[in-house]
Amino acid sequence: MYKIILKKNMGEGVNLYEIHAPDIASKAKPGQFIILRVHGEGERIPITIANSDQKKGTITALVQTVGKTSHLLSELNEGENIKDVVGPLGVPTDIENFGTVVCVGGGFGIAVLYPIARALKEAGNRVISIIGARRTDLLLMKKEMEDVSSEVLIATDDGSSGIKGLVTDALRNLIEEKKEKIDRVIAVGPVIMMKAVSDMTREKNIKTVVSLNPIMIDGTGMCGACRVLVGGKTKFACVDGPDFDGHLVDFNNLMNRLRFYKKEEAQSYECHNKEHHG
Amino acid sequence: MADNQGIKDMIDTKDTKTAPASGVDNKERLKIKRVGMRNQAPEERIHNFEEVPYGYSPEEASIEAKRCIQCKKPFCIEGCPVNINIPAFIKLVESGDFLGAARKIKETNSLPAICGRVCPQEDQCEKVCTVGKKKDSAPVAIGNLERFVADYEAAHGNINIEVTGSIDKKVAIVGGGPAGLTVAGDLRKMGYDVSIFEALHELGGVLMYGIPEFRLPKEIVLSNLKVLENMGVKVYKNIVVGKTFSIDELMEKKGFDAVFIGTGAGTPKFLNIPGEELSGVYSANEFLTRVNLMRSYQNEKYDTPVKRGKTLVVFGAGNTAMDSVRTGLRLGYEDARIFYRRSRKEMTARIEEVHHAEQEGIKFEFLINPVRFIGDESHTVTGVECQRMELGEPDESGRRRPIPIPGSEFITKIDAAIIAIGTNANPIVPSSTPGMNLNKWGYIIADENTGKTTKKGVFAGGDIVTGAATVILAMGAGRKAAVAIDEYLKTGTW
Repeated sequence: MYKIILKKNMGEGVNLYEIHAPDIASKAKPGQFIILRVHGEGERIPITIANSDQKKGTITALVQTVGKTSHLLSELNEGENIKDVVGPLGVPTDIENFGTVVCVGGGFGIAVLYPIARALKEAGNRVISIIGARRTDLLLMKKEMEDVSSEVLIATDDGSSGIKGLVTDALRNLIEEKKEKIDRVIAVGPVIMMKAVSDMTREKNIKTVVSLNPIMIDGTGMCGACRVLVGGKTKFACVDGPDFDGHLVDFNNLMNRLRFYKKEEAQSYECHNKEHHG
Repeated sequence: MADNQGIKDMIDTKDTKTAPASGVDNKERLKIKRVGMRNQAPEERIHNFEEVPYGYSPEEASIEAKRCIQCKKPFCIEGCPVNINIPAFIKLVESGDFLGAARKIKETNSLPAICGRVCPQEDQCEKVCTVGKKKDSAPVAIGNLERFVADYEAAHGNINIEVTGSIDKKVAIVGGGPAGLTVAGDLRKMGYDVSIFEALHELGGVLMYGIPEFRLPKEIVLSNLKVLENMGVKVYKNIVVGKTFSIDELMEKKGFDAVFIGTGAGTPKFLNIPGEELSGVYSANEFLTRVNLMRSYQNEKYDTPVKRGKTLVVFGAGNTAMDSVRTGLRLGYEDARIFYRRSRKEMTARIEEVHHAEQEGIKFEFLINPVRFIGDESHTVTGVECQRMELGEPDESGRRRPIPIPGSEFITKIDAAIIAIGTNANPIVPSSTPGMNLNKWGYIIADENTGKTTKKGVFAGGDIVTGAATVILAMGAGRKAAVAIDEYLKTGTW
């Protein structure tokens, strides 16, 4: 059993959970993920680790309530337990001194991006961050990102902070107007955002790494549910990833595979809501 | 259907004729026909996940036990990967001492209820049974008897195993599947301090995620796991060795004196043909894990989803392919088929599984090779294009190589496809364990008789050494490794 030490509502149905899992915390590196199961009859869902604290023996994960499992998780309070948590899984994000790295994060992907940006800075990179949200009040971890970046660019849908537009607009501006020489881009966020970033940097020939989150079951390479097409080859996100070259990922296939169980998930959520909230 | 005659001899009793005499008492024994197990009727069982055979009654077991002629040179013991004293346990069954028979089996096999169900006896003990060598005679039904004895003990006795001593040495078992469970049981029985580290949320490995309920009820696996826990085997679930802890950490920081790696077969193989990435194309491991480990077939209680549809094609012809196609049938795929690129003769599945599948209405189509999957606008599979094959010269496996027939392509409409063509080595433990050598396919190099790897104190066995094989071979490797680990920890010599 894995105790929830801290739970925080981040808005838009996103909750932050700090979970007691000392074995995972002592090993977790930026870019790795956990698989959790809320209860004994539950499904296994992969979640990228946002932060880990070796001293406290905790890991932090952000989860948006979208279906039955995330809803059940959101009903757990501080001091209550998650049935199963396993990790850290996957290959950590490649951290080296690349030169100038642009870290692009959208929505609660920023939480996962933060430790990566911090590690890149510690490795000697000049880190420029581009973070986006629908509105200012939904923008996560601005302060933290500022601490590890030489520059933070913000994009909001309504223009309430930074530019009015998408993170890709800010990225294009950085490349085309500011003529910034970029050695690498890391993009973490919604699939559609990672696709848009990859499409843009492909034109500019800037190496781009994306963090994928397909459907998984075991998370250790056994089942193959998480397979993604990368450069026309089948890769397993759980053991070969979750980071891949964004220019080679077949994002359309990934989006379609993520949607495959939508109907079943909706039915399950509906049933659950009927039973519990009458 | 010439091959079916062989199946009948193995499963039915009706066609077995009286064998010639070889001695007075044995003459009588050889007159007895092999007792088949009563099965759940095919038309019923395709709608549920309950076990297919019902198992022997005590009377049936006693009759079958009489067929054993107690050979002076029992080949069956040699034929068993864990060397059960088969004639001795059958003699106890014949005398009515069923609990004694169970104890006899458990001298060398801690999981008889499982082996009695999933071992390929026809290729092992029963293949070499002297009774089966007689003209028109089927071998003694050793597997059925083993299963009966184990089930009888579970119902009437105490299946717990006594720990005989206490040895102040710690052994880590990586992976709670058949190999690891066997090592754990054997070493704990000797008195070692044994800990199992399991990546999933349940122990059992392939027994839980792979083999379906209708072939191996999970309750039986769980009761056998309970035995190990009652013996004092420590179990740590949700630990991925190679990620959460490395092998080196287990030995250097956590104080383990020896480690056994039994992480099982690895990543599923795919066909590498266009369209394989479509939704609705599954590896057998994914499909079976959803249904078995995650119990998605009970969707009113469990959250993991599984799709249902009308037409399912499974590619492959091993036991995993049979498990997949029969599971699909039970989920409601009314047209569930096997497509195999070789012919019936080359199938690697157990005869009994093929027979059960055919009884259930599974269609087998041979000499067919898929060339591409076809999908709709939502990237969901709707069809598969295949070509017909003919058999050419034997290949390196000794089986005749299938060759495509030009112009024979055809399209089959499907709702789901399952790829059951084997696995590759899982990279997690091998890649995180310096000093442990691998073969060119990424499997761990380990001595066949001891399980010793090239890294001191580290042993390995089961599929991570041999590539995908059977439960009993993994258990056999585990048994040998347990002996070698005991020897190593007593002498300190590597």
